[in-house]
Parts: sequence; C-alpha cells; structure tokens
Amino acid sequence: MKGYNFAYLDDQTKRMIRRGLLKAVAIPGHQVPFGSREMPLPYGWGTGGIQVTASILGAGDVLKVIDQGADDTTNAVSIRRFFARTAGVATTTATAEATVIQTRHRIPEKQLREDQIIVYQVPQPEPLSRLEPSRIETKRMHGLADYGLMHVKLYEDISRFGQVSISYDYPVMVNERYLMSPSPIPAFDNPKMDMMPALQLFGAGREKRIYAIPPWTRVKSLDFDDHPFRTINAPHPCGLCGATDSYLDEVVTDNHGGRLFVCSDTDHCSERRAAGHVGTDGFQEAAE
Amino acid sequence: MTEPTLLSGRGLGLSFGGITALADVDVDLWPGEMLAIVGESGSGKTTLLNVLSGRLTPDTGVVWYRDPNGQLHDVHAMPAPALRTLHRSDWGFVHQDPRQNLRMTVSAGGNVGERLMAQGARHYGDIRAAALDWLAQVEIDADRIDDLPRTFSGGMLQRLQIARTLVTHPRLVFMDEPTGGLDVSVQARLLDLIRSLVTRLQIAVVLVTHDIAVARLLAHRIAVMQRGRIVETGLTDQVLDDPRHPYTQLLVSSVLNA
Amino acid sequence: MAYVAVKGGEQAIDNAHAWLAEERRGDPATPALSIAQIEEQLGRSVDRVMAEGSLYDRELAALAIKQAQGDLIEAAFLLRAYRTTLPRFAHSNPVETATMRIERRVSAVFKDLPGGQVLGPTYDYTHRLLDFALMDDESSAVRPVQPGSLETMPRVPDILGHEGLLEPDDRSDQEPGDLTRQPLTFPAERDVRLQALARGDEGFLLGLGYSTQRGYGGSHPFAGEIRMGEISVEIEPAELGFAIDIGDLVLTECQMVNQFKGSKTVPPQFTRGYGLVFGFGERKAMAMALVDRAMRAEELGEDVTAPAQNVEFVLYHSDNIEATGFVEHLKLPHYVDFQSELQNVRRMRENAE
Repeated sequence: MKGYNFAYLDDQTKRMIRRGLLKAVAIPGHQVPFGSREMPLPYGWGTGGIQVTASILGAGDVLKVIDQGADDTTNAVSIRRFFARTAGVATTTATAEATVIQTRHRIPEKQLREDQIIVYQVPQPEPLSRLEPSRIETKRMHGLADYGLMHVKLYEDISRFGQVSISYDYPVMVNERYLMSPSPIPAFDNPKMDMMPALQLFGAGREKRIYAIPPWTRVKSLDFDDHPFRTINAPHPCGLCGATDSYLDEVVTDNHGGRLFVCSDTDHCSERRAAGHVGTDGFQEAAE
Repeated sequence: MTEPTLLSGRGLGLSFGGITALADVDVDLWPGEMLAIVGESGSGKTTLLNVLSGRLTPDTGVVWYRDPNGQLHDVHAMPAPALRTLHRSDWGFVHQDPRQNLRMTVSAGGNVGERLMAQGARHYGDIRAAALDWLAQVEIDADRIDDLPRTFSGGMLQRLQIARTLVTHPRLVFMDEPTGGLDVSVQARLLDLIRSLVTRLQIAVVLVTHDIAVARLLAHRIAVMQRGRIVETGLTDQVLDDPRHPYTQLLVSSVLNA
Repeated sequence: MAYVAVKGGEQAIDNAHAWLAEERRGDPATPALSIAQIEEQLGRSVDRVMAEGSLYDRELAALAIKQAQGDLIEAAFLLRAYRTTLPRFAHSNPVETATMRIERRVSAVFKDLPGGQVLGPTYDYTHRLLDFALMDDESSAVRPVQPGSLETMPRVPDILGHEGLLEPDDRSDQEPGDLTRQPLTFPAERDVRLQALARGDEGFLLGLGYSTQRGYGGSHPFAGEIRMGEISVEIEPAELGFAIDIGDLVLTECQMVNQFKGSKTVPPQFTRGYGLVFGFGERKAMAMALVDRAMRAEELGEDVTAPAQNVEFVLYHSDNIEATGFVEHLKLPHYVDFQSELQNVRRMRENAE
C-alpha cells in the first residue's frame, strides 16, 4: 500500500518483535514484554496477533484469518483485508493451504502441520490475572513457579460445583514450567495444543506481551488426578455435515426455542459437505 | 544442650533511621523447642521475629538455619525462591491478624489445602481429606469446610490460620502475638490448642508476645527484650520465678499486680 | 425456516462504511466543515486530541476530529495509529518552560509576583450562560483585543526554591523512557509515569485527581503555578553539533505544591506534583499534577492506600486508546466462548439436580 511499509510495520519494529518471538520460543510459555505499537485497529481487536503476523509474514505466505472459527466473521474479514491491503499476500479460507493462520478464539479442527504457524490473538496474557491483579506480583509468581493459587481456584470450583467451571481460556502448563493462558479458545481446543507440529505464537497488543509454544511441546491443561481435565461440547452431531468430533455453534433458528448445532470451523464443515457428508439439516444446504 | 540448634542468630543489629531496633542479639532455638520473646511494645521483638524469619534483613549479624539434612543456610543469603519454598513448606508464620495470612475469598478447605497444592499435591480427594483432618484438629466443624472465612469468628479465624500453616508439618513456626486481640476465654482455648499441637507434632516455635502469662503457659525458654537488646534469657520458670534483670523484675511484678 | 450459514461479512462491512460516510457528512444542504474551521474554532478539541493522540500537529488533529465526527477519543486513536508509522528522525532537547512566551500564567500561592498574574484566554470568570448571539455567528462581532507582547516570566517554583522550601528538580542525563517504544515495566520511574499521564485520558485523570482532594490519598495541594504559552523546540543533530530551532509548541504546565512533613533524612518542605500537556489543557495539566504527586507517596514514605497512589493501577488504566479498545472489543463475537459456557452451565445444572 502506498505510503506504508510491507505489512504496515516498519522493519525496525518487525525486528524488535522477531527478537521477542525468538526469546518466547526459547522459553516456552513465558510472557516476553515487547514494545507493542499502536495499530490502526483498536486494542482488544487483535493488535497483538496482527503485529506478530506482520512480523513473520513474507511475500510468499498464504494467510488465513479466523474469528470464532469462521473466516467470514466481520473481524476476521477486517484483519484479512488489512493484510491483503498492506502486504498484498495471498489469502485463503482453506486451513490446509495456509502457511500462517491468525485466529481469535479457536484452533482449526484439521491437524496443523510443521510447515504452518498459528498466531493467536490474546486479550489477557496473564493466566493469574483474575486471581491476582498486580503484574508485579504475578511476575514474581511465574519466576518462582508458584502456582498453588491457580490450583486453589480449581479446588474451589470442584468443591462448589463438583467440577472445574472454566470452559474457555482454560489455563495450561507449558513444558512443565510456565503457567500459560491459551487465549480464550474453548477448553475443547486445549488438547490440540499438546505436541502440536505447528509453531504456536501468541500476541497481546494492549498488554504488550508475546509468548510461544515451539512445535512438539508438552501442553497440559491443569487438573487433579482424581478430576482429570475434560472437554465440553454440545452432545449433538453437526446439523449440516454430521460431524461428531468438531466444536459446535448453537444457532437460534426461530422464536420458539428452535436450535441448530453446526460446526464452528466453517472451512472444516464446508470441506466435509463437499466430500458428501450430510447432517440431519443438511438437505437445506443442498437446496441452496 | 549439645544437640545442634535448628535456628541461630548471632550479633543481629538493625536500625531504622536513627532508631536502634536490634543490637547485639544472639538467639538459639533447638528442634521441638518453644522460645518466647517477651517485652513491651517497641522493644524490638517483632523486628527480631521478622529478621529471624528472613522477612527483614539485618544491618549486622547472621541467621543460620539447619535443614532436615543437617545443612546450614544463611537465611539472608538464600536465593528468594529457596527462602520462599522454605516459608511454604518447612516453616510457617502465624500472624496476629489471621486476615493477613488467610485468603478471605477462598473457602476454609481451600485455605488449608493451598500449601499442599503449592507443594505439588494434585489429588483433590487427598487434599480435601487433609483439610478435613486439619479442621478437626483445630476444632472447626467439618461442615464449615466450604464456608468463606468471613463467616468465621475471630477465634475460628485464628484456628484456621494455624491449620493452614501446620498442614505441611513444618519444623519451625514463627508466631506473632497469636492470641492478641481475642477475648480471654477464646485465648485460653487457643493457647491449649497451640500447646497440644506443638507438643504432639514436635514443632519448634519462636513466639512473640507481650503477655508474660502466655509465655509462661507455652514456652520452654524465654528471652526478655528491652530497647532492641535481650536483657535476660533462660528457662521460662527460672526467669519468671527468679528474675535477675530489673526490667524483667518490673515486667513480672506488673503481671502479678495486675 | 432454512438455516443458511451467515455469510456476507465483507458486504456488511462495506455497507457500514458507506453509511458511516453518509452520516458523517450529514445533510448535504449544510456546508461541509473545513479543516481550517475546526483548527481555528474548535481549538480546545484540537488540543485535547493532540495531547491524547501524542502527536503535535494541529491540522492532522483537526482532520481526525472531522473524520471521527467530533468523537475525540476516536480522533486521538486515528492520530496514534498515524503516529506509529512515522519515522523517528531525532530527539528534541528538553524544553525549558521558563522560556515560555506566556499567554496565561496564574499562581494561587502569591498575590503578586514578578511578571504578574496573566489571565489569558480563560473561561474561568465567564458566566456559564448560553450565548444566543453565537447562534447566528455573523452577528456576534468579535471585538479585537490588544494582545500584549508575549514575554517570558520566572517560574514560581524557582522563586520558592531559593529558600530551600521546595524540593529541587531532579536532574538526570539519563535518556528518558518512552512508552511508545518500550513496554511499561515496574517499578516505573517518574519519567515514564509522567509520559503515561501526559498521554492519559483527561476524564480519568480528572476523576483520580479529584479523588485525592476528597481524601483518597489526600495531600494538601496548592496551585503553585499554571502557565500556558509558546515554546521553541530545538534539536541537535549530531553532524551539526549545535541546536537548531525546528518550531513552536503551545504547552500548558502546572506545578502543584504540596505540604510534606519531612522524614528522617529530609527536613519539612514543600513537594511537587507536575503536569505538562500539549496545547491549552489546563484541566488536564492540573489533574495530572495531582496524580503525579499522589503516585510519589511511596517514594516520600507516605502510606499507599488510595487508587491514585497505586502506580500500577493508574498507569495500566489511564490510556484511553487501550481502554476504549478493550471495553469495546466486548461487542466482537464471543459466541464460541459463550457456547462453551452454555454447555458448562447446562452440565453443572445437571450435576446439581
């Protein structure tokens, strides 16, 4: 784009961010402070992810952007357009074709590969923030691996509700050392992070932190031996493609409590339908 | 006493601005022993407790701690993580105000279980069982396990703090006026409880109190402080029945006259 | 009713932008605002946008105000995003506010003082009565005033400082921190704190400053001096070896003077809170000075009990671009997380039954 550098950020800034990323990869799960820049998109709308993506993007990359698992939600469209405009890179909605995937709140259903990078947008990188508001204190807790407080939270949940009541942004231990926020993905997606072949990068623009999980790293969701981590999903197959192993959105279809459950990963769902899978409500798709 | 000490302070000195808080203080504590530090407010006893426990660094002197393997550690030279680990496992600290130690937004069971979890306990059932056991030991009803501390009376809060501290079976506990601010009848019950727990578990205790009666009831030995110095020390009965130093005599007589 | 997966995000965004453009323009029968009009006639808005946008450019600030339909936080956001892309050629020398060419200068601690009290263009003593003459602007003839020649005046703290009654300025050759390049870390030194406040939201600082007056971290402030005027900015290119004047800024500076009862090492004296903002921003400069002083509580051995004294709290929440982004991001779709919460609550209710 005229008047702007490739992918918006100047090269100095990109170098600074890449140095942060290298440090983050070297210390999996550790939050690295970085000089987050002011972006033309608002804080909380993906400025961290955008800066990370801008810093790693090359002219030959193929970019996929999803929000809530979908490629066509407004914020995903807006960010994809931003890079199409400022970097002129190819974009795609197909998970398998992308080299870089920027995401908000989901991990694609399709297993990612070693030659792919997934960039998470992170609103609050500090997993202890709800238990301890002071960053001076949480920094000390990370330094000393003093995570008893997080387990107290899990203990309290189980004693009150009989189960852990965290359903998204479910805290994980990375490489058996750092407690980490996986960003607000549903707990359903947590197991995908464990030993993932792809590099996972996390950017929090407003909070000015970067962190990373290198490929093939242990990522364990916190739990108790006698209350193991469990994922939650709607007990239905996808109404459109019949998938029983994907994360489902609940769509309100009428004013009388009618519900339809469909894949949140729109690319996954359409790929399955193209391959001939049909759900109970799928005939309507065919009639389109 | 030829047995090696658990904790020893030598030549401890500390001043704040121009005011001397500690001067030339030597302290020894043996395993399983209860040492009372008495004196009026401003005598430096709480400062001494904070220095012994590594919470304050003295200007001069050193504090040695002997770990379970017999290894000696200079408390103020220990790396922060090691000292912190010590504080949440082998050591304990009981504050006068239990709210300083307890998490007021976490249930009684969670408060008791936290030190276990910080040490790596990952079995909910075991943690809960330990919490129940400890609540029973400090005479809190089992059905209060999921209640928040703010629903507890002052005496219960103090007992909960003790359960939270002792759950990891520390070898050494620092207590700062643990019965201060409680009614006399509540005090008596708490003192009984502390005495029986400490005796049974063979915990060494450094107890700071301004109350000679508390010291007499609990402590094996006593150290009397005045203006930052230990003016007299010895077996509790000996010191209190036959005080040598004029200041100790004054302290003892003021209790008798009260 | 057939379910069709929601498509058309692209089209929706285009339509929204078109609608916005139409609304921004308003009724085409009304003449469009010129940038010059905003710059000249909405000067206080321009000042605020430059201060919170962290970029001193009256024309761009006016453009941002126009583009944002007068939404000043949105306008500051536009300036900030533009500012990011600008190359950094040089650092200016520190400006010396004693050399300010004064348009306004008042002190509440002296009845009179060298240079005098200069009211300048202030609303202070206006009666807040709507002036219906302004409804029909052409008719309200502006009586030109004879502006006095702008001159420099000694700063009140320098007058007090001679007696040692007022704490001296800290001098440092250390390069100041820069929050636009480095993330905030703690402990945050005063240079960084002042930068954060100078960029901070006027309303937030006003509320915090006000809270210190109402007993939440109270000290006893006096407005030692408030001054506003033009000041020259100089840079010193390494290859030249001497300073060159690159232009003028209008700045507002406030020095609050606070009682301090002294400590073991420092005799009783007055301490200071400092405020400095781009443009004519007196309300903000004063609030900033109050909050700056409140945040020095720990350094001065005072109890830290109130929000305004909590450095971490103040610095993390004063930036309105960060705040507006994160508050407003709640309107982005969160249905994936909400869905997981739905299933979670359903499961917990089943367990409870």
